[in-house]
Amino acid sequence: MPARNSAATLSVAASGGGLRLRWPLRRSFIRRTGDAQAESGLKRAHFREWRLPFWLLAPQLFILLLFFFIPSIRALIQAFQLTDPFGATTQWVGFQNFARLFRSSVYWSSVQVTLIFTLAQNVLTLSVALVLAFASNHILRGRGAYRTVLLLPYAIAPAIAGIMLAFLFNPRVGPVAHMLQGLGFDWDPNRNSSHALALIVMAASWKHICYNYIFLIAALLSVPHSILESAYLDGAGPIQRFLRISLPMIAPTLFFLIVINFVYGLFETFAIVDATTRGGPAGATSILVYKVYQDGFVTLDLGSSAAQSVVLMALALFLTFAQFRFIERRVNYSV
Amino acid sequence: MNERTPILDVVCHLILLAGAALVCLPIYFVFVTGSLSQAEIMRVPMSWLPGGQFFANMQTVLSNANFGRLLLNSFIIASGITVGKLAISVIAAFAVTYFRFPFRMTAFWLIFMSLMLPIEVRIVPTYESAANVALPLNILGSWLGIQALVDLDWNLVNTYSGLILPLIASATATFLFRQFFLTIPDELCEAARIDGATPWQFFRLILLPLSRSNIVALAIILFLMGWNQYLWPLLLTTEAAMANAVIGLKKLMPQSDSLPTWHLLMNAAFLTMLPPTLVILILQRWFVKGLVDSGK
Repeated sequence: MPARNSAATLSVAASGGGLRLRWPLRRSFIRRTGDAQAESGLKRAHFREWRLPFWLLAPQLFILLLFFFIPSIRALIQAFQLTDPFGATTQWVGFQNFARLFRSSVYWSSVQVTLIFTLAQNVLTLSVALVLAFASNHILRGRGAYRTVLLLPYAIAPAIAGIMLAFLFNPRVGPVAHMLQGLGFDWDPNRNSSHALALIVMAASWKHICYNYIFLIAALLSVPHSILESAYLDGAGPIQRFLRISLPMIAPTLFFLIVINFVYGLFETFAIVDATTRGGPAGATSILVYKVYQDGFVTLDLGSSAAQSVVLMALALFLTFAQFRFIERRVNYSV
Repeated sequence: MNERTPILDVVCHLILLAGAALVCLPIYFVFVTGSLSQAEIMRVPMSWLPGGQFFANMQTVLSNANFGRLLLNSFIIASGITVGKLAISVIAAFAVTYFRFPFRMTAFWLIFMSLMLPIEVRIVPTYESAANVALPLNILGSWLGIQALVDLDWNLVNTYSGLILPLIASATATFLFRQFFLTIPDELCEAARIDGATPWQFFRLILLPLSRSNIVALAIILFLMGWNQYLWPLLLTTEAAMANAVIGLKKLMPQSDSLPTWHLLMNAAFLTMLPPTLVILILQRWFVKGLVDSGK
């Protein structure tokens, strides 16, 4: 999972101040500013020892080395290599994998599908979550009960959400599909590509609305009561207060959720696609992450798969930075 | 504020009821379908009430699809990820916040970087790493010309450690703990030092007890994440008996040319989502706090 941790950047700024310069003399000749930066995130009261922290860090760094750093670096290297499907020969091809990838119309159609999918999923998830958050913020009784129920999808695997909706919308046995057919709508996600796309958008949103909802509830609760009260005295109704005061005040949370929804749509919806449509019909739901898997493990086009990985890595890096930016802003607004 | 908005109140309740229905109805249909027989699910329109076949279907799922084993695997993987990640994270966070040592910031940034690339974008090389953990030694061996290193082979495919370790390799939990440690008053550590506590005693007797609620909240989130894993078990298990329950569901998915056994699939799906749902229902108070704190 990409950076889900709100916290990381906050403290860097927060704890840089109170440090003690107790290093050996030779160190104090180093620029003070550099030293101050180097000691950020350290407790003022700390221990000075290197053996124990070494052993405390060793397990994490070792696992990261094996399963994070080596694979990531190898993904970078493989993107510039061409390996035959049996892994017998490998040759250095420079940017050829990328050139081939960007010329491939299949890849661009996958980009297009991903774009439509993530955008639709984002809009649907956030808007439904906003309506629900407004409603549960407005009512006084039964908040807890509604929250308990609305949170349930968090526990359910994306793959199960996909399988569940695939069943409900299955043209042969699904109750919802029967209803649609009863209304004269010719529903068939196995043949119609926009129906298939709609299906995975619904499954992805169904699973992710609760996550947005929880963050919105927390943000709405922290909107200062005094401001809402003065708006009330000025004659603003509940809806007006929500649209004119609460929404702008929680804007940083909204941006944060938009980024998180993109991350979710791009990287965590693999299971939904694989368990329901398998990229079909005819590539209509083959989102980028699914295509990396297809090319890497099914058609064994390793060079292309690695080049796609690198493109996704760049995207993930970009989104991580965006996410941290919004977190900083969320804190600055003190919302 | 003493505002009366009776119409809006009703509308809000209706909205929330509709939301609750959207969440509950699919889950309810999973249960209903899981309790019907093959003939009953083919009937149009399908029954809205549960049938009497739930336990018979469960028997079939547990014996034919080996679901008992798969659920056990899910439990082992989820627990392994939870315990493993919490353990390595809490000590790593202790090291980077409470110790001054050379390369502290280097260690910090190395851990920080792992937040940026999810496993989904590097699946092929991560798979290769797990298929032979000794791979870096192999490469080193071929550079140095040491045949013994080249021949090393340590395959994690179809093992619990292969399913668990790569999923531990991310720093989310480390950052949550680091963040939390930074909010702990410095006086506690100073007092402990004056009383002659060693760093390890300070950690065990003061820091860990203080972190209890964070540990519980994070444990819930990690357990759910571990239970619901899909991509990694899909890649790393070639033996059906080593897969987790979610992957088992995929194998039960009716294909177009076979008998559509949706009732078995739904029964298995219900069994698979029951444990995490119970976790979230019982431990909700802890879980919500952890979710908002950690941003996951």
